[in-house]
Amino acid sequence: MNPREDHYPEGESFRQSLSRRYRTASIWQLLFLSALVIAIVSLAALLYNVIDGAVGYVAYEYKNDPAEFTPKPLDDLNQQELLDILKDNLSAGAYKKLNNEKPMEKRSKDDLYTLTLERLIQIDTKQTWSMTESLLRGAEIRAEVAEKYPKAKLEFRSWLKPVFLTTPMSSKAEFAGVRTAILGSLWMVGIAILFALPIGTGAAIYLQEYADKNFINRVIQTNINNLAGVPSIVYGMLGLAIFVRALEPLTSGSLFGVTDSNGRTIFSAGLTMGVLVLPLIIINAQEAIKAVPDSLRQAAYGVGATKWQTVWHHVLPNAIAGILTGSILALSRALGETAPLIVVGASTFISLDPDGPFSKFTALPIQIYQWTTRAQSEFHAIAASAIIVLLVLLLTLNATAILLRNRFQRKY
Amino acid sequence: MQNPQSTEYAIETKSLFIFYGSFAAVSEVNIKVEKQKITAIIGPSGCGKSTLLRAFNRMNDFVPSSYVTGEIRLHGQNLYSSNIDPVEVRRKIGMVFQKPNPFPKSIYENIAWGARINGFKGNMDELVEQSLRGAALWDEVKDNLQKSAYELSGGQQQRLCIARTIAIQPEIILMDEPASALDPISTLRIEELMQELKKNYTIIIVTHNMQQAARVSDYTAMMMINDQRSGTVIEFDDTKKLFTIPKDKRTEDYVTGRFG
Repeated sequence: MNPREDHYPEGESFRQSLSRRYRTASIWQLLFLSALVIAIVSLAALLYNVIDGAVGYVAYEYKNDPAEFTPKPLDDLNQQELLDILKDNLSAGAYKKLNNEKPMEKRSKDDLYTLTLERLIQIDTKQTWSMTESLLRGAEIRAEVAEKYPKAKLEFRSWLKPVFLTTPMSSKAEFAGVRTAILGSLWMVGIAILFALPIGTGAAIYLQEYADKNFINRVIQTNINNLAGVPSIVYGMLGLAIFVRALEPLTSGSLFGVTDSNGRTIFSAGLTMGVLVLPLIIINAQEAIKAVPDSLRQAAYGVGATKWQTVWHHVLPNAIAGILTGSILALSRALGETAPLIVVGASTFISLDPDGPFSKFTALPIQIYQWTTRAQSEFHAIAASAIIVLLVLLLTLNATAILLRNRFQRKY
Repeated sequence: MQNPQSTEYAIETKSLFIFYGSFAAVSEVNIKVEKQKITAIIGPSGCGKSTLLRAFNRMNDFVPSSYVTGEIRLHGQNLYSSNIDPVEVRRKIGMVFQKPNPFPKSIYENIAWGARINGFKGNMDELVEQSLRGAALWDEVKDNLQKSAYELSGGQQQRLCIARTIAIQPEIILMDEPASALDPISTLRIEELMQELKKNYTIIIVTHNMQQAARVSDYTAMMMINDQRSGTVIEFDDTKKLFTIPKDKRTEDYVTGRFG
C-alpha cells in the first residue's frame, strides 16, 4: 500500500487544485495592480488639477486708460519715460515710500513698467478660466467676455512665469510673486539643517556606537521613533512656547542688538522645523551607521584604534552618504510643513525679503494656504502656480538625495 | 600540557573561563604559547576556538555581557587586570580575520592608517614598503599603491590585512581561519607567508582544516565541548605528537577523521 495516494491529490484532481492555486494568485495580482493604478491615477489627477489652475484665459480691464498718462503705447516706453510718468502721477508720499524700498533710478525697466501698471493704470481682473475650460470652450468664453465686459482684454496666460519667481508679495494677484516666500523657506530649512544635522548625527552615533543596550536607552530609542510620528502642529506649539516665547531674547535677536522684531522670526521657525525633523534625521543616521559592516570596525580595533578613532575615521565616512540622503528627505518634509509655521507666527503678508535670521518671514506653504483662502479666482490661479514651484523644489531635493546615494554608495 | 623545553612564553593562560552572560563558552584553559612558533587551535564547530582566540586581544570586549575569569598573561602581566587598556593590548597583539576586511581606502592608506593612529614617527613610505614586503605583496602592488584595496583579489586582500597588522609591529599575530575564504593557491601563499612571519612573530591560528594545522603549526591545541556544553582544551602538544600519537582518545578520533 502506498501511503502517498491517501494524502496527496494525484492526476486529474492535482491538476484541478493547481489551477485553483493559479486562479487565487492571479486574483491577488490583479488586486495589487489595481492598487498601483489607483495610486497613479490619484497622482495624475493631483498634477492635472494643479496645472489646470495655473494656466488659462483671463479677462481684465484697465481701470485707468493708459492714454491718460502717455500718448505712446505703453510697451514702447523707455526707462526714463516710465520714471517720469511715475514721478508725475504718484502721490509724493507713495513715491517716497517706493524710493525708500529701492531707489527709483536704480530700478529696471521691467520693474518700473510693472509699477506703472500696478499703481497708475491698475489692472482689474474680471474673470479667470481654468486650462480645460479655456481649451474646450474658447469661442464661448470669447463671446461671453465680449458681451459682459466690452472694454476687457482677454488673454491666454500661464500664471507661472519667470517674473512670478522674482517678484515679492503683492495685494494684487497679477503682480504677486513668490520670491519672499521662496527666500523665507530656504532660510528656514537652512537654519533647520544647521541645527538638526549635527545634533541628529551626534545622537545617532551615541545611540548606535556607545549606548548600552539597557532599559533607559531602549525607552529613549522607542520615544525617538514615536516622536517621528507626532503631528506637526504639536511641534508648532512647542516652538511657540519655547522658541517664540521663552527664548524670545535669543530668537528675536535682541541679545545681538536687533531691536525691531519679536520672537516670531525666521530663526524661531528654523529651530522649530529643526526639532520637527530631528527624530527623522536620527533614525536615518542610525540606519546609515548600522549599515556599516562590523568587519570594518573590527579591522580598525584590530590595529589598535580607540572607539572614537574607529567611529571618526571609518564609521562616519562610510555612513555619511546615507546620513545626508536621510537629512535631505527630512528637509523636504520641513519644506512642505505648514501647520507649525502658522502657530509659530509666519506673516501672511510680507513683501520685504528676509535679510537675516531675525527677520519676519513667510514661507511657500503659508503663501499657498493664504492665497487659496481668498475669494477671487485669480488668487487661486497663483496659488496653483506656487504649488508647482513648491513641488519642483521638493522633487529637486529628492532627486539630489537619490543622486547622492548612488554616487557614494559603497560595497563591502 | 606543558612544553618543558622552553622557559619564556609569548602568552599563557591560567584557569581561563570565558562567559557570555551566565554561559561559560570556554572553561578551564591552561596553555602556554611558545615565542616565535605557530600554535594552531583546532576542534569541531562551536567548541569556542574563535572565542578563545578573540580573548587574547580582548576583541570579546565588544560582545555585550561577555566577561572573563582567570588570567591571560603577557610578560607576566594579566591582560584583563583593571589597569590594562584593551587598546594597548590590541596594539601588541594584532589580528587577521576570517574574511579579508581591508579598509575602503587605498592600499597605502590601509597600512599607513594603523601606523598613524598609533603615533608612528618614522618614514611612512618605508614602513609601507617594508610591511608589504613582509606580507609578500610588494611586488604585486608596488606600482599601484594608490589603488583601492577593494580592487585586489581575496588572497591579496588577506595579505594586505597581514601587512597592515605587521606594520604596527605587534608581538603576537592572531589569525582566525585566515584562509577559509580563499582558494587553494591563495591558501598556500598565506601558509608560506606564515612560515616567514614566525621568524619575527608569535602566531596563533584557529583553523577548521586539520591538514592545514598539521602543515603549518609547531604546536596544536585540541578543543572539544565538555558535558556542560562548554569548550575546553583537551590536549595541547607538539603538532607532530598530537597528530601521530595523541594521548586523548577524542583527539585521536578527531584527527583521524572518525568524526567531526
